[in-house]
Amino acid sequence: MPKDHTKSYTAGVKEYRETYWMPEYVPSATDFLACFKIIPQEGVPREEAAAAVAAESSTGTWTTVWTDLLTDLDYYKGRAYAIEDVPGNDEAFYAFIAYPIDLFEEGSVVNVLTSLVGNVFGFKAVRALRLEDVRIPLAYVMTCGGPPNGIQVERDVMNKYGRPLLGCTIKPKLGLSAKNYGRACYEGLRGGLDFTKDDENVNSQPFMRWRQRFDFVMEAIQKAEAETGERKGHYLNVTAPTPEEMYKRAEYAKELGAPIIMHDYLTGGFTANTGLANWCRDNGMLLHIHRAMHAVLDRNPNHGIHFRVLTKMLRLSGGDHLHTGTVVGKLEGDRESTLGWIDLLRERYVKEDRSRGLFFDQDWGSMPGAFAVASGGIHVWHMPALVTIFGNDAVLQFGGGTLGHPWGNAAGAAANRVALEACVEARNQGRQLEKEGKDILTKAAKSSPELATAMETWKEIKFEFDTVDKLDVQHR
Amino acid sequence: MSEVQDYKSSLSDVSSRKFETFSYLPEMDAAGIRKQVEYIVSKGWNPAVEHTEPENAMDHYWYMWKLPMFGETDVDRILSEADACHKAHPNNHVRLVGYDNYAQSKGAEMVIYRGNPV
Repeated sequence: MPKDHTKSYTAGVKEYRETYWMPEYVPSATDFLACFKIIPQEGVPREEAAAAVAAESSTGTWTTVWTDLLTDLDYYKGRAYAIEDVPGNDEAFYAFIAYPIDLFEEGSVVNVLTSLVGNVFGFKAVRALRLEDVRIPLAYVMTCGGPPNGIQVERDVMNKYGRPLLGCTIKPKLGLSAKNYGRACYEGLRGGLDFTKDDENVNSQPFMRWRQRFDFVMEAIQKAEAETGERKGHYLNVTAPTPEEMYKRAEYAKELGAPIIMHDYLTGGFTANTGLANWCRDNGMLLHIHRAMHAVLDRNPNHGIHFRVLTKMLRLSGGDHLHTGTVVGKLEGDRESTLGWIDLLRERYVKEDRSRGLFFDQDWGSMPGAFAVASGGIHVWHMPALVTIFGNDAVLQFGGGTLGHPWGNAAGAAANRVALEACVEARNQGRQLEKEGKDILTKAAKSSPELATAMETWKEIKFEFDTVDKLDVQHR
Repeated sequence: MSEVQDYKSSLSDVSSRKFETFSYLPEMDAAGIRKQVEYIVSKGWNPAVEHTEPENAMDHYWYMWKLPMFGETDVDRILSEADACHKAHPNNHVRLVGYDNYAQSKGAEMVIYRGNPV
C-alpha cells in the first residue's frame, strides 16, 4: 500500500486557508459560533485572514508541528465557514467561525474567552479585530451556573411587582465616612427607593473601610424598612484585591442579613465572578454586577469585544443585575443595539436580528435571566423614555438625579418614585409615554411637591453627543 | 428656587407606611382601578384579590379572597369581587394581583382599597 501523504509530516509554513477555511461546513447545534469583524493587513486575502483567526483562536500555530499528527485535528480545529461584507465599511469584513464544543472546559467562561479573544487579538496578519457576537450552544449553557437567583426569585424576595425597581448610587463616589455614607443611604431609602448602591470604586479605602460601611448601611436599611413598610437593600460592594478577601466581605454581608451584594466582573475577573455567583446561589444572596472597564473593550467599533458578548459571558458566569447603559443618559449606548443586549440578558430565547446587532439565535434553556440596570446621568424627565425602553425587568438608577434634589435625598427619591409609578400607571392605561411624558409627569407633580421641584431643577439638562460605537449600516 | 421642605416620614407616624407599587400616588378612583383591571385582562394574566391588616402589609402572604380568578376576563366580575372583599374587610388593604403563570410571577400587584393604618 502506498504512503498516505495527507497523514505524513511536512515541516514548514502552510497557508491557513488550506486547513481552516471551510465554506462548505454546516455548523452543528453543539458548536460555538463566533462572528469577528476583521480588518486584514494590506494584501492578505479575506479567506486567509478569516482562516488565520480561526486557527489562532483554536488549534493552530504559525508553522506545522509533528505533534499535530498525534491527534484528530480535523475534529478539533475551528472552521471559518462564511464571510460577509460589513455594511458601510470597505476595509472590514465579518468572518463566521465554528468551534467544536470540546475545545472548552465545561462551565468556564474564562476558558471560552482565553481561546476566542486570546492571542489572536495581537496577531500580526490582522490590523484590527473585533468579536461582534457569539452563539453559545445550549449544551454548553447548561454547564454554567448563570444568575444565582434570577429575575423571578428577586421579585419574590424583594416583593416588587409590576414595575421597574428604583435605585440610587451614593455620591460623592469617594471620600465619605462610613457613618455619613449610611446617612445618605437611609435618606434615599426612606424616600421610596428599593435599593441604594456602592459606587464601583468604593471597596475598602482608608477613609471608609468595608466593615464599618456594611454596619452603618445595614442600620439604614433596617430603619427605612421599618419606617416605610417596604423591603429594601443596598448593593454592598465586595469587589476585593483577592478572592479570600472578597468571600470574607460576602460572608459578613450575609451575617448582617443584607439581601444583596455587588461585584465588578471585569476588573474583578471572571474567575472571581463565577466563584462569587456560586457562593450567592448557595447562600441565597442577590448579586448586582457592575461593568467598570467595559468601554476599554467594547467602545472601539473596529477592535475589541462587543458588549453583547460581554453580556452573554456575564449571564453564563452569574449575576442577578447587570449595567447595560441607559440610551438616554450621560454614557454611550445606541438604542437598537442596547435593546438587543437587554434581551440577551433577560429573555429565554433571542432570535437573530441584524437590525439590533444580533448575529445568531441564542437559546438560554432554563437559565434564569437578570435585571438590566440603567444608570448614569438620568433624572425624572428621562423616566417616560426609560420605562418605555426597559419595561419592567430593570433597575433604574438615579445618582445625581436623586442626591442632587434641592431638598435632599429623601425628596429626590420620592420624586423619582412618584414619576416612576405615574409612568407605569399611564403605560398600563395604554398611554404613549414618550409622547405624553410631559403631561403625565406634570399631572403627577400636582400631588407631589418633591416631583414638581425635581422637574424644575433638571428641566434643561440633556446629553446630546453622538454615539461613537454605532451599529454597522450602509453609508451610501 | 423654593424654600427647602422637610420630608415628612417617621416610625411614629403610621401614615408613613407604604405598600409597594402605586403607593406613592394618590388613591385610585373607580375609573383608574377599572383601567388596571383591563390591563391585567389584556395581558392574559389571572386576576386575584388579597387583603390584610395594614400593620401586616410587609408580610409576603396576605389573606386570599376566595381563589385567584383563573381565566376570568369579565372586568365587571373582577371589580365586583374586589368590592366584595373591601366591604367584608373595610379596614384592610385590598390588593389586585395579576398572576403571570408563564413567568411564574405576578405581572401586576397593587393596593386598590387603602385600609386604616393603626
